[in-house]
Formats: sequence, C-alpha cells, structure tokens
Amino acid sequence: MDTVLLSRIQFAMTIGFHFLFPPVSIGLAWLLVIIESFGFKRKEEVYVRLGKFFGKILALTFSVGVATGIVMEFQFGTNWAEYSKFVGDIFGAPLAAEGVFAFFLESTFLGLYLFGRDKVSKGVHLFSIWMVTIGATISAFWIIVAGSWMQTPAGYVIKNGRAELTNFWDAVFNPSTVIRFLHTIDAALIAGAFMVAGVSAYLILKNKETELAKRSMKIAVYFGLIVSLLELFPFGHESGREVAKYQPAKFAAIQGLYTSQTGAPLAVFAIPVMPPPELKAKIEIPGLLSWLAFGDFNAKVQGINDFPSNDLPPLFITFVSYHNMVVLGMLFILLMMIATYLLRKNKLWDTKILLKMFVWAIPLPVIACELGWISAEVGRQPWIVYNVMRTSDAISRNVPAGDILFSIILFAFIYLLIGYLYLYLLVKEIKHGPEPALVKEVLS
Amino acid sequence: MDLNTIWFLLIGILIMGYAVLDGFDLGVGVLYLFTKDETAKRVYLNSIGPVWDGNEVWLLTGGGALFAAFPIVYATVFSGFYIPFMLLLAALIFRAVSFEFRGKVSSPGWKKLWDYLFGIGSLLPSILFGIAIGNIISGLPIDISGNYVGNFLDLLNPYSILVGLVSLSFFAMHGSIYLMMKSEGLVKEKVLPYVNRLWMAFVLLYALTTFFTFFEAPFQFNGLLNNPLFWMLFVLLLVSIVLIPVFVKANKFFKAIIFSSLTIISMIGLTALSLFPRLVPSNIDLDFSLTIYNASSSKTSMTAMLYIALIGMPIVIAYTIFVYRVFKGKVVITKESY
Repeated sequence: MDTVLLSRIQFAMTIGFHFLFPPVSIGLAWLLVIIESFGFKRKEEVYVRLGKFFGKILALTFSVGVATGIVMEFQFGTNWAEYSKFVGDIFGAPLAAEGVFAFFLESTFLGLYLFGRDKVSKGVHLFSIWMVTIGATISAFWIIVAGSWMQTPAGYVIKNGRAELTNFWDAVFNPSTVIRFLHTIDAALIAGAFMVAGVSAYLILKNKETELAKRSMKIAVYFGLIVSLLELFPFGHESGREVAKYQPAKFAAIQGLYTSQTGAPLAVFAIPVMPPPELKAKIEIPGLLSWLAFGDFNAKVQGINDFPSNDLPPLFITFVSYHNMVVLGMLFILLMMIATYLLRKNKLWDTKILLKMFVWAIPLPVIACELGWISAEVGRQPWIVYNVMRTSDAISRNVPAGDILFSIILFAFIYLLIGYLYLYLLVKEIKHGPEPALVKEVLS
Repeated sequence: MDLNTIWFLLIGILIMGYAVLDGFDLGVGVLYLFTKDETAKRVYLNSIGPVWDGNEVWLLTGGGALFAAFPIVYATVFSGFYIPFMLLLAALIFRAVSFEFRGKVSSPGWKKLWDYLFGIGSLLPSILFGIAIGNIISGLPIDISGNYVGNFLDLLNPYSILVGLVSLSFFAMHGSIYLMMKSEGLVKEKVLPYVNRLWMAFVLLYALTTFFTFFEAPFQFNGLLNNPLFWMLFVLLLVSIVLIPVFVKANKFFKAIIFSSLTIISMIGLTALSLFPRLVPSNIDLDFSLTIYNASSSKTSMTAMLYIALIGMPIVIAYTIFVYRVFKGKVVITKESY
C-alpha cells in the first residue's frame, strides 16, 4: 500500500483518538474550578464531595489523554520526517513551549490536586486545580498555534530549502490562531458542561445523591448555556469568516459552494453527490453565505470551480463533517436553553425526558469536536502547510510501508482496548456515584 | 558560547532531568514485576503515583526541544528508529493508563493484567532508552545527504543491547533507593537486598560497556583525555558511584538518591562530551555525521526558544520542588490512593 496513505491513516487514527479526551479534560477542569471555588468560599461539604467525584472522572480522562498524547509529540519525527525537516525551525517551538509552559504545570499540579487534599491547606488545594486548568488551557493554546500555522502560515521565509522563522510573534499569532483557540476552547467547555450535566442528570434520575447532583446540574446548565451560545456567536461565526478570508478553497468545500457567485446562498441541508460535484435535496437561504463570510448579502464568494482540481480538499467529507458539527452546536444551545427555562420555573428535576436526553448527550460535544477537527484538517488538504507544502511530500521516506502497517495495527489494537476500557470504567464510576459523606466531616 | 552549543547543553539537561526523575519511577516499575505482595505493590504504585506524570513531561519536553533546536536529528533519528520507537510508545501508553485502570476493578485477573502491563511498560522503555543511546554512541548509518539508511535489526546490535542493560540496571537501582526512602517495615526490608545487587550489576555492566566502547566507537575518545571537563565529570562519576552504597548502608536514602542522580548526570555528561559537537555520528563516514551546526534550526528560532526555556524552566523547577516536598515522607495508603 501507498506510504502516504498509510501515514495519513495512522496520523488520523492516533490524533483522532487522542482528541476524544482533551476537550473533556479541559472542560471538566474548568467546571471543577467553579465547584472547588464555591466549596472554598461557602465552606460546604457538598462541594468537596462533588470535587472528589468529578475529580475521579477528570483523572481517568486525563490519564488516557496523557497516554495517547505521548504519541503525538514524537510522531512528526517518526512518520513525517520530511515535514519535520522542512518546518522544524517554526513548528518545534510551540511543541516545546507546550511542554515547558503547559504539560509540566498540569501534570505536576494534578498529582497535588488528586492526592494532596489532606496534605495542604484549602487555599493551596484550590490553587492546584487552578494550575491544572490553566496548564491544560495553555496546552491547547500552543498546540493550536502549531496547527494554525499549518493552516495560515506567517512569520517565516523559505530559505535553505526549508521554512525559517523570521518573526516569532507573527508565527504564533498567525491569522487563524486566536479565533481557532477560542473556538476550540469553548468547544471543550461545552464538552465539560455536558459531561457534568449528563452525569448529574443520571444521578437525579436514579435518585442517588440528588442534593449533590442538583447543585452540579445547576452549575453545568448555566455555564453550558453561556458557552454554547458563545460558540455560535462570536466564535463559530468569526471562525467561518477567517476561513473564508484566508482559505477560500476550504471554505467553498465545507460550505458546498460549487460555483462562484454573488449573493451566495447558505446550504442548510443537502446531500453532496460526487462526481460531478453536486448538492441534492438542498435547502438554501439566499445571500446568507455571502453575508456570513463578508458581512454583505451581495458579496462574491468563490466556489470550488475557481480552484485547480489538484488544490482542492475532498469535498464530501468536509461538507458532511462541517454541517453535522453545526447541527450539533445548535442542538447544544437548544438543550441548554430548555434546561435553563425549566430550572428557572423549578421544573427541571421532574422533566425526566430532558434529564434522559442530557445523559445521552454526554458524548455529543466530543463528536462535534471531532467533526470540527475533521473539517478543518481535511479541508486543509492536499496541503500539509497551506499553499506551502503538500502532504504527499511530507512523509518519512526511509520508513517502509510494512513498518507503518505494523504500527497502525498495533495502535488500532491498543486504542480499541483502551477506548473500550475507558468507557467501561467511566460508566462504572458514574454508576457508583459520589462517596457517601463521612459522619465526622458532616459534624465539623 | 554560540546558540548551537547552548541548545546542545539544554537538551542534555532535559535528558538528565528525565533520567533522574522518570528514571526512579521506571525503576520502581521494573522492580514491581518482582513483587507478589499486594500491600507492597500498592506502596510501589503510590510512591510514584502523584509524581510520575510530571516526571514523564521531561521526555515530552525533551522531544519538543529536540524538534525545535535540531529538527534534522528529530526527523532522522525518530524515523530511523521507527519500530523500536513504536514499541516504546506502546509501552508508555499502557504504563500511563495502568495507574488509573488497575485499582478500578477488584478482580484478581484484571489486577494481574495491569500488573504485567505496568511492569513491562516500565521495563521495555528502560532498556530501549539504553539501546537508543548505544546506537548513537556507536554511530548510525547516515549517508552523505543526512538520511538514515539502516534497518531495524541493525539497531539490535550486541553493543547497544549492553548499553540497554546498563540503563535497565541503573534505573532499577535508582528506583530501589527511591523505594527505600518511601517505604517502611516489611516492604522496605524486601527492597534492601535489591539495592546492593543492582548496584553491583550496574557497576559491572557500565565498566564492561566503557571497555567495549574503545573498540566499538574509538572516535568517541579523540581528544577527550586532554579535556579538563572530562576529568571533572569522571571524578564526579567515580565518587558518586562509590558513595551510593556508603549512604545506603548508613540508612541515609535521600543522600543515596542524590548520588545516584549525580551518577546518571555525570554519565550523560560524559557521553555528551564525547559526542560534542556531533549529535549523531555516522558510521559510514564520520564527515556525514549530524552535528549541532548542520542539523540545527536558525538563529532566530533558537533565540526565541532560549527565551521560552529561560522564562519557563525556573518556574517549572520551583513548583516541582514544592510538590515533591508536599509528598515527602513514607507512603500512606488512603481511600484516594491507587
């Protein structure tokens, strides 16, 4: 089999699997910051118990995230040697910065947060979850810097047969970094909110520790409403505008705009059929795409007929993943709005159907993250660095196809096993529920 | 000192930090394979439970820094070591999740599975790191355009396997001293005999390796004996090695681990000194070697990275010391323990 294809399969599989976990970790960490801060301020024992309970879920998720993340740090070298040689001058720095500023912080303080509750003062313990959360968030920042540079490279010059850094800050704050960071972090917050809401809903439905679960549900719903709304506007909207401006071919592909036109319509629903590229059964809103992209209903939007066919990304997968992500994003807003309304009316706890939906919604934000990531990265193809280096030129030339096939099988086996066990242990942990309150702690 | 040399040093320091810190927790994992008692197992696990993850970050940061400062080495060596690298990653994945997974189900079969995965996940990296260093010392088949042209089996040569055994014996010894510091009673009594045996194994293997290096990679010694830095590190190494059993005998395990740390630091220092300014010697022609000059990033990039290191690392070291101090003393098993 073709080494390029095998390398891509391995990369997609390893990072796709890894990316299931960090959004939950980051989101959950921020919710734990809120829960532990309440606990610190109000000195109520419920928050300590909630912290311990969700802390266990964080620890489990975090450990799988760390384990699968190790692969990512080295895989550019093992499988993408030509890429590494070409961009190392720029791309290595954010990875190293992620280690120095983020991995150390989150890993070191997670140990303190999980095992140090009785060893340090309450203030230091609260500080430790803050540091875990800030570390995880900084980690997301630096890896998104690296990823964004591949989408919208800046601050470099092609010299000595490679990309060389000319301005560090231009490379770090390249045109897509900030918006991609906000968009992704907010997605992680949504994932955290739905995790806490879903788990709390489950406990309420099972009539287990309901007093505790109602507190966490309330926090998750209010928090979830805000972050779900922010994801639509401004983050999602601005993210789309950025792509329209800097990566028009990708924009045309994810939006399914096949011919350039003024007053371009927004496809709300369609089934893309190949070849020739065509949208079937489509529902469109006239002019809206032009407005979303450029703030003008009559603006001209480039369609994929404007680009040479060997510079185009796969059209089906980009269109489908992007649109399903948007649908899920709308669903999150809807669920959180209904929950907020019922909470204000004091009816949430009796609306069993909605609570059940929240339980089933736990994995949806993670799926939305994956879909968003697929549309972003597949949309970048056939380039590994947009308009600078092609993916097919980036692989390790000295690694035989058979070796890559071996590692694909190895990782597929490991990830299936670990993925299955993670789910099994997560469900077990949730069903077990929070530890009962200790009599001693209640009295004091 | 130019930027290239500074980055050679900084990466050396990251490797030293990794070997000292993750070294003891890998060693604890290796010894874990040889203990049958559940209480002892839990003491082993929890002695490193709160800190192993931070320790492993030294490896990740080392990888990132190598990518940033010497991308050609990162690309050439990692793709050249493809299969062993994949096995290393698989081992580290199983090791990382086994802490969380092991205690969550109370069936003996489940525990046994994760016991093995944790133990082998510690053993395999301990040997593979040595094998990698062994191959680098003896030189890799690097052609004139800087590409690796060897295959997997070339990497498993006797000399490199010997270096693999050096790293394994050292990590296991280092870990056994750490366990002496963190355990008490019966658990501690059972670890004690390991310390001395592993020390002897390590000293023998290291002496043997040094002897064979004269034949395997004589170029590593060119000019070395006239370098005062070599003699300083050499004396430090000898003193440290000798002081380990002295402090173990005196029941001063913190001091013993300081000197076993200095042992690995001076060993890595000596290796780095003999390599310098090469990073990866070529065994086809020494002139094809990857050096700190022909494999490096640009000045702009190395300067930016230097700021990151200078701002970041002192803070990292400060809070790492703080967290180690919180968890100092003997392991106590509680409800939150693994």
